[in-house]
Amino acid sequence: MLKDVTLGQFFPGNSPIHRLDPRTKLVMLIVYIIALFVAVSWISYGVMLAFLVTCICISRIPLKSILRGMKPLVVILLFTAILNLFFTKGETVLVAFWGIEITLEGIVRAFFMLIRILMLISGTFLLTYTTSPIALTDGLESLLSPLKKLHLPVHELSMMMCIALRFIPTLIEETDKIMSAQKARGADFETGKLMERVKALVPVLVPLFISAFRRADELATAMECRCYQGGTGRTKMKLLRYMRRDYIAYGIGVLLIAAIITLAHFGL
Amino acid sequence: MAPILQVENLSHIYSAGTPFEHKALDNMNFSVERGEFIGIIGHTGSGKSTLMQHLNGLLKPTSGRVLLDGQDIWSDKKLTRQARFRVGLVFQYPEYQLFEETVYKDISFGPKNMGLDAGEIDRRVRESAGFVGLTEQQLEVSPFDLSGGQKRRVAIAGVIAMEPEVLILDEPTAGLDPSGRDEILANIESYRKSKNATIIMVSHSMNDVARLTDRLLVLNGSRIAMDGTPGEVFNRAWELEEMGLDIPEVTRIFMRLKEMGLPVEPVYTMEQAVSALKQLKGGKRHA
Repeated sequence: MLKDVTLGQFFPGNSPIHRLDPRTKLVMLIVYIIALFVAVSWISYGVMLAFLVTCICISRIPLKSILRGMKPLVVILLFTAILNLFFTKGETVLVAFWGIEITLEGIVRAFFMLIRILMLISGTFLLTYTTSPIALTDGLESLLSPLKKLHLPVHELSMMMCIALRFIPTLIEETDKIMSAQKARGADFETGKLMERVKALVPVLVPLFISAFRRADELATAMECRCYQGGTGRTKMKLLRYMRRDYIAYGIGVLLIAAIITLAHFGL
Repeated sequence: MAPILQVENLSHIYSAGTPFEHKALDNMNFSVERGEFIGIIGHTGSGKSTLMQHLNGLLKPTSGRVLLDGQDIWSDKKLTRQARFRVGLVFQYPEYQLFEETVYKDISFGPKNMGLDAGEIDRRVRESAGFVGLTEQQLEVSPFDLSGGQKRRVAIAGVIAMEPEVLILDEPTAGLDPSGRDEILANIESYRKSKNATIIMVSHSMNDVARLTDRLLVLNGSRIAMDGTPGEVFNRAWELEEMGLDIPEVTRIFMRLKEMGLPVEPVYTMEQAVSALKQLKGGKRHA
């Protein structure tokens, strides 16, 4: 059911990765992604993979959970791999039929693309699995705060993001409830042609929107009752503060990107 | 006659295989006779809502069976769909599921899904509106223009219009004022009488279940802790309190009276209390 959506879910825990400052994790993820796109050879991919696997092991997130999160992406992954497989021109043609050639280069490229996307997603999952949405928006706000000088409403943006993240599970639960209620009245969401299925969603969407607007209204009132008025002069209960482990993590990040760039420089 | 509903070794586990795994129902067994009025009580998280959604086939048991009229509702796809119509389920705060432009259209959603013809749908909509005390004019207004209590009645009418043999209600009176509460309970009772239907009602009001039901199921920690008449259940007041549950106010008063040495037996409804007090008064005069 809908409740099994794991994309972006937070797994509470107390591993060193969980305890890292959210800013460190965000920056590390960016470094990791850049390194992933700089990496060109088997060796550099090996280094990246070793780094990723170590991080997953330290975080104690079961590999099963990460793989389950991949499920909705299987189609995109296969599509990318197949495109690369068929449309890479190369010297060594292995099979040729209907004007399509499968080359050795194509196979290698498809494999690399697949690995690259898989590692990209696993890295992102590692961030969302080990960081609570609140910590994540806090970190983002803090990282973006220099943009306040340009009069960008950074606090408001992060507040909106925080509210959106906060209400995703609530709305999923609500949708689940409304669907059950309409199913109890004989609504059928699983069979029928495309148009029929779209129409069958009206009894779910109307109540869902009404309740979302009602919730938004209640939330706004509650915030005003507590004199909320935006970011200026607002203090935080949990201040973000870099610890020793954050500096160690940054050090590892610098080493990683330096190693990958050096390897790329020598064509490895 | 065979029981209308039978629950055999029913267990349900949510999110099996994840860190959020949770056993909501643990090996439940009971059966429901035709025409019975059953109350289900238990504190939040005891598995009431999960149990209800098994009775009409919204949730599939992790293990065990639910039999409707002797047939496993999951043995055949058609039977599962039939079960949705034969066992009507009114969720908590059902007014949040209204979606149509008029009250009439909303009530007709269920019967339409059953594939009935227009005449029969019209008859059922008007009859069920009558059961819950909606007027002819109200059928033509938007359900969103009605008051909270009236919306609730429209939602209940939407389920009654399917003429289910078993009507299950999850806290039908939550958040209503006392008069609205009494009216809805009377509506349910009148539906039961005219169709000889079976009613299963989840409630937190011990006064209501004591007054209305023939039998009580007490859920605690995903299991059935007690199964008996209201009298039998409320006699075990200490156990109920340990589960975080209450007993009717009159029962509490009469237990205290008994402790104080008055010759009374615990009662659990207002009528019983009145007659017991009258008896007591009469007895004293004679003495």
